[in-house]
Amino acid sequence: MGPCPVVGQWQGSGLSLGLHGALPGGGAMAGIGALPGNKPDNTAFTQQRLPAWQPLLSAGTALPLFFCAGLACLALGLGLHFSSATIRELELDYTGAPGSGHNCSRCANASRAGAAGCTCSLRFELPERFPGPVCLYYQLANYYQNHRRYSVSRDDRQLSGVASGLSNPARECSPFRTDPRGIPIAPCGAIANSLFNDTFALYHLANGTFYPVPLDNRGISWWTDSNIKFSNPELINGSLEAAFRGTAKPPNWPHAAYTLDMGNLNNTGFINEDFIVWMRTAALPTFRKLYRRVREGNFSSGLPQGTYRLDITYNYPVLSFQGTKKVIFSTVSWMGGKNPFLGIVYLIFGSACILTGFVMLAVHIKFQKQNQMDVE
Amino acid sequence: MPLSGFKFGKKKLKEEERYLQANNRDFNLEFEYANNSIKTSKYNFFTFLPLNLFEQFQRIANAYFLFLLILQLIPQVSSLSWFTTVVPLVLVLAVSGVKDAIDDFNRHKSDNHVNNRPVQVLINGRLKDDKWMNIQVGDIIKLENNNFVTADLLLLSSSEPHSLTYIETAELDGETNLKVKQALTVTAELGENLQKLTDFNGEVKCEAPNNKLDKFTGTLTLRGEKFALDNEKMLLRGCTIRNTEWCFGLVIYAGPDTKLMQNCGKTTFKRTSIDRLMNVLVLVIFAFLALMCFILAIGNGIWEHDKGYYFQVYLPWAVGVNSAAYSGFLMFWSYVIILNTVVPISLYVSVEIIRLGNSFYIDWDRKMYYPLNDTPAQARTTTLNEELGQIKYIFSDKTGTLTQNIMAFNKCSINGKSYGDVYDMAGQRTEITEHTEKVDFSYNRLADPKFVFYDHSLVEAVKLDDAATHGFFRLLSLCHTVMPEEKKEGNLVYQAQSPDEGALVTAARNFGFVFRARTPETITVVEMGETKVYELLAILDFNNVRKRMSVIVRSPEGDLTLYCKGADTIVYELLDSSCGSLKEETMEHLNEFAGEGLRTLVVAYKNLQEDYFQEWHKRHHEASTALDGREEKLSELYEEIEKDLMLLGATAIEDKLQDGVPQTIETLTKAHIKIWVLTGDKQETAVNIGYSCNMLHDDMEDVFIIEGNTSEEVLDELRTARKKMNPDSFLDSDDIIKFENPSTKSRILPEEQANGVYGLVINGHSLAYALEGNLELELVRTACLCKVVICCRVTPLQKAQVVELVKKYKKAVTLAIGDGANDVSMIKTAHIGVGISGQEGMQAVLSSDFSFAQFRYLQRLLLVHGRWSYIRMCKFLRYFFYKNFAFTLVHFWYGFFSGFSAQTVYDQWFITLYNLVYTSLPVLGMSLFDQDVDDRWSMQFPHLYEPGQQNLYFNKIEFVKCVLHGIYSSLILFFIPYGAMYDTVRSDGKAIADYQSFALMAQTCLLIVVSVQIGLDTAYWTAVNQFFIWGSLSVYFAIIFTMYSDGMYLIFTASFPFIGTARNTLSQPNVWLVIFLSIILCVLPVVGGRFLKSQLMPTISDKVLRKIRAAKKQPPPPLPKTRLRRTSTRRSGYAFSHQHGFGALIMSGRNMRPKLPFTTTGMFSPNSEKNKHK
Repeated sequence: MGPCPVVGQWQGSGLSLGLHGALPGGGAMAGIGALPGNKPDNTAFTQQRLPAWQPLLSAGTALPLFFCAGLACLALGLGLHFSSATIRELELDYTGAPGSGHNCSRCANASRAGAAGCTCSLRFELPERFPGPVCLYYQLANYYQNHRRYSVSRDDRQLSGVASGLSNPARECSPFRTDPRGIPIAPCGAIANSLFNDTFALYHLANGTFYPVPLDNRGISWWTDSNIKFSNPELINGSLEAAFRGTAKPPNWPHAAYTLDMGNLNNTGFINEDFIVWMRTAALPTFRKLYRRVREGNFSSGLPQGTYRLDITYNYPVLSFQGTKKVIFSTVSWMGGKNPFLGIVYLIFGSACILTGFVMLAVHIKFQKQNQMDVE
Repeated sequence: MPLSGFKFGKKKLKEEERYLQANNRDFNLEFEYANNSIKTSKYNFFTFLPLNLFEQFQRIANAYFLFLLILQLIPQVSSLSWFTTVVPLVLVLAVSGVKDAIDDFNRHKSDNHVNNRPVQVLINGRLKDDKWMNIQVGDIIKLENNNFVTADLLLLSSSEPHSLTYIETAELDGETNLKVKQALTVTAELGENLQKLTDFNGEVKCEAPNNKLDKFTGTLTLRGEKFALDNEKMLLRGCTIRNTEWCFGLVIYAGPDTKLMQNCGKTTFKRTSIDRLMNVLVLVIFAFLALMCFILAIGNGIWEHDKGYYFQVYLPWAVGVNSAAYSGFLMFWSYVIILNTVVPISLYVSVEIIRLGNSFYIDWDRKMYYPLNDTPAQARTTTLNEELGQIKYIFSDKTGTLTQNIMAFNKCSINGKSYGDVYDMAGQRTEITEHTEKVDFSYNRLADPKFVFYDHSLVEAVKLDDAATHGFFRLLSLCHTVMPEEKKEGNLVYQAQSPDEGALVTAARNFGFVFRARTPETITVVEMGETKVYELLAILDFNNVRKRMSVIVRSPEGDLTLYCKGADTIVYELLDSSCGSLKEETMEHLNEFAGEGLRTLVVAYKNLQEDYFQEWHKRHHEASTALDGREEKLSELYEEIEKDLMLLGATAIEDKLQDGVPQTIETLTKAHIKIWVLTGDKQETAVNIGYSCNMLHDDMEDVFIIEGNTSEEVLDELRTARKKMNPDSFLDSDDIIKFENPSTKSRILPEEQANGVYGLVINGHSLAYALEGNLELELVRTACLCKVVICCRVTPLQKAQVVELVKKYKKAVTLAIGDGANDVSMIKTAHIGVGISGQEGMQAVLSSDFSFAQFRYLQRLLLVHGRWSYIRMCKFLRYFFYKNFAFTLVHFWYGFFSGFSAQTVYDQWFITLYNLVYTSLPVLGMSLFDQDVDDRWSMQFPHLYEPGQQNLYFNKIEFVKCVLHGIYSSLILFFIPYGAMYDTVRSDGKAIADYQSFALMAQTCLLIVVSVQIGLDTAYWTAVNQFFIWGSLSVYFAIIFTMYSDGMYLIFTASFPFIGTARNTLSQPNVWLVIFLSIILCVLPVVGGRFLKSQLMPTISDKVLRKIRAAKKQPPPPLPKTRLRRTSTRRSGYAFSHQHGFGALIMSGRNMRPKLPFTTTGMFSPNSEKNKHK
């Protein structure tokens, strides 16, 4: 059609060019023959007649929605509330802040002075039986594992056992990337360096004697973490130590990584479960991490009512930044640990829904007539 | 060469005069004129990337993201991975880049196509085939029938007698009627003699390239003799040669210098009010962003001071950070990066896509397709759609817009007797219906079968050899500029410059005075079966000052006669005093005709004396070859001879309304759109058409007419009118004085309400006063109180000024609609310009934003497409801002729990993909398909249009609501997972409050909440919407399960640290309980709020929707009745020639503006004739 498209280009946006190849100028010429060449297609899409469902927000939909949602929330809330109420939980603060007169104050002072290995004991009563499995947690507060610089200060390549990660840790690890002599640190980074290293031992008082309660340290981390995400570097001559050769331990650690669980090759180095649990950083500044489970021997069905003693090796200083440390014994249910929040919010919101439903009903009835008049 | 010294300076100096010599390339090359290749493309293969990127980064949004990217490269500040910014930016740049590349590729293709067209050029005495792009100024080229004209040529010779050449100018101005060009006699002799042509060495001196299509002045010097050149000898690029075997032309302007290319320059860039609002909002958001970052930076300073400093045992400060304050400063920038998603880059891209989609719907709409000339509606600008839903003022041209511009000879007055009405037996005037008997013209072999006339007495008068009647029709057959075409014996087709002229000549033809042929010197007329050849001595052509045209002819008997036809006011001044009583009778008839809305012309003649004429003719020849002041000299001469004319009678031509105009205007008025008609016609006829279009009606309180001749009178009339309409507005009349102070120029006037329905008619003279600085405010205040405003005798410049005035003082969106070149100024001025692709030239369409063939499609464009586009765009923006605030602010709350360390809540991949993948399609789906009610209901209830006019759906308040809604949602989205995860564990006792699980939970909640929200906002659920929403959610889950899978971790260890999070977290029942709670907490209050609002404070559209809902339950209402077309008793009224009706004003000197090109206005195309009879 001759230079028509050229005319089209100079006018309008460039976009229109592709769309409207034929200008009406051409149409006018073709019009003599009146060929319906430019007639748009008659499809539901181009004519904007696509079949559609038009939901309407009317009293007929809004009111039932509110009542149903309200009832559902109430039911869920009740369920959550009661299942949360059945969970037994016991918290023991052992920070030993100065002046608290706590058994561990001594150790807190010692750790402040830089000493490690101080031990202290806590005696406590379980007022009722904790049905098994009982979990033992440590909880840190005012501890910012979610700080951005903290949470990036790790090298996942190194932790997955890649050799180059050992020899050349990621930049994010700094300042715990290399030791002052320039030897790469393994595991590098602030997270690993600050590994929580208090240890706990539990004793049950039975017949006047404290019997140790076996604590199971297996399966406390995610399966994907301990099996895929974390793995040790390839053993050299069957020796993990050799594999770690040429690396330095993190400055805060007393020993190198491969000595984390000396006896157990499946739980030492990067795949030590305590280490893995620590490395899964917390979202909030107060967090609890699973330490051990009680599910063996006489205690497989739970912790009986009675007196217990907890021996703590107090290594980890938190007082300098007003942190606190707690040990928590807790049972679990289908919905996890004790948390009244969800249940209460569901209950409150459920009631609010039903209340609002009634208000809406009243408004609807009151204004129905007027609105009907509008229609007429 | 002596001129070579100028070579360098020449480029810098603007070309002031063009000088060239035929067949002398060496000489012409000295001037470095552009050659004939054109380049509309912007890039080539190598410059594309740098140039395109440079252009794209000039857009503020892209520059902003570049800035972010640079920020991210600073390690101390970087808080997100590089890809979160790079991926969207690259995607956006790539999409725009590809679009630009395709556009440019097409331009290249068409450039190449045009540049490579073959043409025959005369080189060294031989015709050589060459490409267009190789043609140079001064070349002589040969064109054949149906060839496109290669460049702007001086016509030298052609195959036709008298070296006439016929051209079609459709490409240039859209007119398909043939125009004729004629070469100078001295060059016509060259014929096709190649030797002579090669020896031709004429020198042309002419004006520099310009964009005036209708003007050309120059001289040709040949063998020491000078010849004047004008536009009649030029063949312009863009035309097509027709009916001419061959012709030769001399290239005067080539390539970019051609008038066509000079006309295709800049296009004004229009923005919608939503665009402007968005720019403001983006600034507000930037401020908000800065505030948030500032708060967080302060928080970080305090935190580092109180806690971070001591926490250094486990997390030492970064290298170089030695104080809390410095850390806070760095954190400010880190948060700028993280919170940048409040102004997402995809916003602009999505807006463009939505507008483009909605433009396609306009192009595709079959209900705006006009089958008769195969013209679909066209959205020429794809960025203004939503503005169509906000129109408050329509400025309409009349001719060709409201009317069809089809003329029919309807009545006449000859020698004091009026013809055209039909009387019954009793002598009563009767209405003309389909059954009225038509006059039978079969006695006339050459009659046009399509011509219809009902009054038999006129035929009888002709048959009775009534001298006056014969004189009347003889005049009509001689005094015109129509070109006849007789391909087959007896099959006459007229090519007329204006439709009324065609109608008059056709009338004469049917009544026995058949204009058969013309040459430059003769006119052949078959008078009552007898062929007569009149010698044509002069054409005193029409222009808008003279408002008349005359011819001087010598009859075969040897009588010299001047025949004149023109506007009544003008011709009456020129009449001889002897026709006194006839003057009065004819005037009576003229008033009657005008009252019926017919276009009238007065015809007169004068017998000339031979000696006087010869002397006059000599002077005429001198004047017409004068180089300067040619036009003034000619018009003096014309005036001298056109006097003491003898009145013959008057003609009346009917102008037909377009289909559906009254109904459309009624509907638009119901939608509270104010319609102003700006026309060049005279007052009575303008008022008349106002009535026939349903704009003015009898139950209006009053129709004010402003026709003062001084500013005081106009002021007085305006104030009187306003006092009547709204007496209250004078309580603050002291303000007027203040308003007149020029410093408060751009003050927006508040809306005022009149106490009734009023109309206002203002004529051109008064309008000129009213548009002057101190009165314009009075005019706006008065005129805007009226429902209908009609401005008559308006110049194109005034049309633009009126539009500008309303734009300036009213916060309203304006639309101008027109079809002619005289509407171009107002089409470009108004927020939206609509061109009618109808009978007149293409110029209006080419400068318009939307075009279609019929005025009645306007209601569909506004009430359906405009309204939907507006609703969709508003819904889109509301949702888009909501979803991004809800998304981004969660980071803000998290700052308080993460030591203000610029920690993100979500996985970085989620941040990258949120706007691009997870949420883009559902909102696009809504913005492309949503409709509250379908098109039928939209037209049925024009009230639905009002929210758009009042800008109710998206404004600053709505924006604040979105932001608050977003803030609320972000609070829920953060604190519900927070409360639920705090201190708790998984059902197997393992910790769940780890960062990755929390991130996954928060992002899943967010995504489901915004998906439910879009579902709530969607009123029209098509399968596509369902697919997009469910698809996006599925894609989300598919992507997280993939990205968090073992395999991805093993391959890209560093990039996907979230391994296992999805399956470990989403398997927990309490996670789903949290998600469910977040959804209902976010959504139910919205549902409740909307329900209560619609019950307690229903808006206009709520009420209408309720009505529609009620109506839908009943059987569907009958389609709006198509009212019977008005019968011909009520007609539109017109003055002489609408294109030039503003002559008086120009004469008064009040309004200086270059005259409009005559050739581009008011042209008649053969289509109209044909269409009429389809």
